[in-house]
Amino acid sequence: MDLLSQKASTYEVLREHGVDRRSFIKFCTMMAAALGLESSMVPTIVAALENKPRLPVLWLHGLECTCCSESFIRSSHPIAQDVVLNMISLDYDDTLQAAAGFQVEEIRQRIMKEYAGEYVLAVEGNAPTHDDGVYCMVGGDSFLNILKETAEHAKAIIAWGSCASNGCVQAAKPNPTGAKPVYQLITNKPVINVPGCPPIAEVMTGVLTYILTFGNLPELDRLGRPKMFYGQRIHDNCYRRAFFDAGQFVEAWDDDGAHRGWCLYKMGCRGPNTYNSCANIKWNNGVSYPIGSGHGCIGCSEPNFWDNGPFYERLTNIPLIGIESTPDAIGATLAGAAVVGAGAHLVSSLIRRGTQSPASRETQKPASQTERR
Amino acid sequence: MSTRVVVDPVTRIEGHLRIEAMLDDRGVIKDAMSSGTMWRGLEIILQGRDPRDAWAFTERICGVCTTVHALASVRAVENALQIKVPPNAETIRNIMYLTQMVQDHVIHFYHLHALDWVDVVSALKADPAATAALAQKVAPSWPLASAGYFKDLAETLKKFVASGQLGIFQNAYWGHPAYKLPPEANLMAVAHYLEALKWQRELIKIHTIFGGKNPHPNYLVGGTAAAISLQHSTAVNMGQLNFVRTLIQGAIQVVENMYLPDLLAVASFYPEWTAIGGGLGNYMVYGDLPQNGISDVSQFRIPRGVVLNKNLADVQPVDPADMAQIREEVAHSWYDYSQGKDALHPWEGETTPHYTGPKLPYKQLDENGKYSWLKAPRWKGHAMEVGPLARMLVGYASGKSEFKDVVGEALGALKLPATALFSTLGRTAARGLETRLAVHWLMAEYDRLIASLKSGDSSTADTSRWEPSSWPAEAKGYGFTEAPRGALCHWVHIKDQKIANYQIVVPSTWNASPKDGKGQHGAYEAALLDTPMADPKRPVEILRTIHSFDPCLACASHVLGPDGRTLAEVVIR
Repeated sequence: MDLLSQKASTYEVLREHGVDRRSFIKFCTMMAAALGLESSMVPTIVAALENKPRLPVLWLHGLECTCCSESFIRSSHPIAQDVVLNMISLDYDDTLQAAAGFQVEEIRQRIMKEYAGEYVLAVEGNAPTHDDGVYCMVGGDSFLNILKETAEHAKAIIAWGSCASNGCVQAAKPNPTGAKPVYQLITNKPVINVPGCPPIAEVMTGVLTYILTFGNLPELDRLGRPKMFYGQRIHDNCYRRAFFDAGQFVEAWDDDGAHRGWCLYKMGCRGPNTYNSCANIKWNNGVSYPIGSGHGCIGCSEPNFWDNGPFYERLTNIPLIGIESTPDAIGATLAGAAVVGAGAHLVSSLIRRGTQSPASRETQKPASQTERR
Repeated sequence: MSTRVVVDPVTRIEGHLRIEAMLDDRGVIKDAMSSGTMWRGLEIILQGRDPRDAWAFTERICGVCTTVHALASVRAVENALQIKVPPNAETIRNIMYLTQMVQDHVIHFYHLHALDWVDVVSALKADPAATAALAQKVAPSWPLASAGYFKDLAETLKKFVASGQLGIFQNAYWGHPAYKLPPEANLMAVAHYLEALKWQRELIKIHTIFGGKNPHPNYLVGGTAAAISLQHSTAVNMGQLNFVRTLIQGAIQVVENMYLPDLLAVASFYPEWTAIGGGLGNYMVYGDLPQNGISDVSQFRIPRGVVLNKNLADVQPVDPADMAQIREEVAHSWYDYSQGKDALHPWEGETTPHYTGPKLPYKQLDENGKYSWLKAPRWKGHAMEVGPLARMLVGYASGKSEFKDVVGEALGALKLPATALFSTLGRTAARGLETRLAVHWLMAEYDRLIASLKSGDSSTADTSRWEPSSWPAEAKGYGFTEAPRGALCHWVHIKDQKIANYQIVVPSTWNASPKDGKGQHGAYEAALLDTPMADPKRPVEILRTIHSFDPCLACASHVLGPDGRTLAEVVIR
């Protein structure tokens, strides 16, 4: 579009910010690594950032808690300042916007018109559908209407976090407001789901920079999640996995096993059923992740995770050790032989550690993955 | 009443808030409505669940003040089950609490509030050398203050504006006559806006160390999940503890050498705002930062109490456990109460949502009818303000020397009387002064943790009542905290090892509440009265006062019944 070509490219803006070419190439190389790309893709990133104007982004907030925005500004590679000032044009965002009231509504209307088909809609939170949407109103209209209107001319939609991707806490049973994730409300646009409560900061900026660089969405799994960040179970990358395999478990909070960093499976850890990058990217610039700080994963990026509790009850549906599988196949595995697998593993750990039968505390639960769309 | 100003959405807040203000023909606000326009229903979702899980659900009430609901929740369950957490767990929780408070207050000042006082476009006219001179005078201990640094920033700003894509800064109120800072002060503030944005990622790593992630770190009923072991590489050890200490030292630098100097510098240009936005004059604090267990209120660093009618000579006792003191009204809220009832205690509360507002989309709400998803909580019938100003005033009025010292020092520097605190600027200043206390308390709590470890105690959890089989058949408890935005309390009723009822009264409901049955305004509404507006189409003045409270509307998550319609017994926000 002509409009876009008049604007400064990301590289131009970076240059104007005093970033030299060498640092720029280094940045592109790091980005490629962060996105899991071959080094041969670096020139593509360089070319894209050199020539494209900043991507207009409208960031709407529905029923949510703003944890996604808070996570986003914690990003280290790249930092939020660079994303907001140099890479995208964040034209609408309730949380950071200087203007208020009808002035921000004007911006939304203008971007929808001037950049029709070109802007990205980012959605944090979801829309209540009961009673004509009166449980979330913005500017005198329902968020439901605003979401639909803004989606109409969007190039693509990013569903930030578990609220927008899966429904999250307000959609937990009995879902009093009829809250629905974006993909159930907008069906004629590409929707990229970036679940997590919140998503990891670098996953958020990674998704944005991927779109910015390649001009299309990253490859998604059948739940609409980018495979590069949600392709593996936390369990498979967890440094405590060795203790799981060795049958060494934390049995009570602050016990010797907790001091030794043993596996938290018996404390209810959802790592074995959760697809996310917590164990490899980690949180807050690699400082730690939930399991690393002694608490089990609660599975916050999985659909319906609030209703798959209680959180401290151990999983009974872990796939057999050593099974490598795709997210697509895992559901079938879980629904079938998985319970046997976990059971067999526990028996071996039992023999090794000589504790009481763990089976006495187990509760059979349906495999969460079978409930997915 | 010649003009009605509507601000919706109010931006740079958490959640969804609408303000309508009625101006007289001189442009002075004569009536105001605060309308919470979202509602999520978390308490009903909690019913029937494991009380040990409640912290995770309630933590998701808010991702900005992440952790405070988790803290109130584990305290409520521990209160019900009579669990006393080990001293180390109390200290680690205090460290996490203060980390959150410091980080949240700094973000509020720079990223949610500063643009009400700082004109970004004016910064384009700044002279870099003069800005450097100003910065070195205002904040002599802050290192990034050279003329070259400000020159680069000014160039960056100019290019950003020239790109034609103004992003979050477009269509705002730049050039409005209410902006008083000279260009150099504006440029310095923009620099610190960006520096604070970069820094806030750092301090919060304390949450990652003890809670695994932020936002939404993990909590645990009975203590903390992160074990401490000085002999293992796999628990919190000397390496992580040193990291915590370094992060606290960095925070002290930011607060003492950047935030406080900026706050005083900005405040000195807006003396008129010490006479605007005072509002109710009633302040309530539950208190927090226990030093000897949560039940020993006398040992809290943040004292409990109520100040009425700005009378600092009298601090009245408040008891969140005494439900006779707190009653909620719905005269102007979209709920019905059963016949003959006009105010209810949280324990006997009813929530029958009944939207009677205008058909969507609407232009205006009716100030004489119901107009908000928030109820109107009242203390002994009084509308109350909660938050940093309330805490500083109650601390000051209680005669606590730490509070008197920081307040006195700031008032002296600005040459203002104590009555200047009862204002929009007073509220904003109180947040900064509280941050100063908090960041030094943070180091004191760290030292307390180290002293405990030195004495040989490294325990972090009491698991004696972890198993539900050890619980009584029925138990009730409450847990309170002082969230960044004010007094917060959770009430839990546990029956047969499940949550029978869960109730929450949050700070923003006190502050953002609509009118009650007697027509008394809530704190936001009262604070807007008598404010002169220079240009009703550009509501900078309204934003200043509303932002001075640091609104958090997601917390306003009332309950709906399972059928999506009605319900009794479960209250609340």
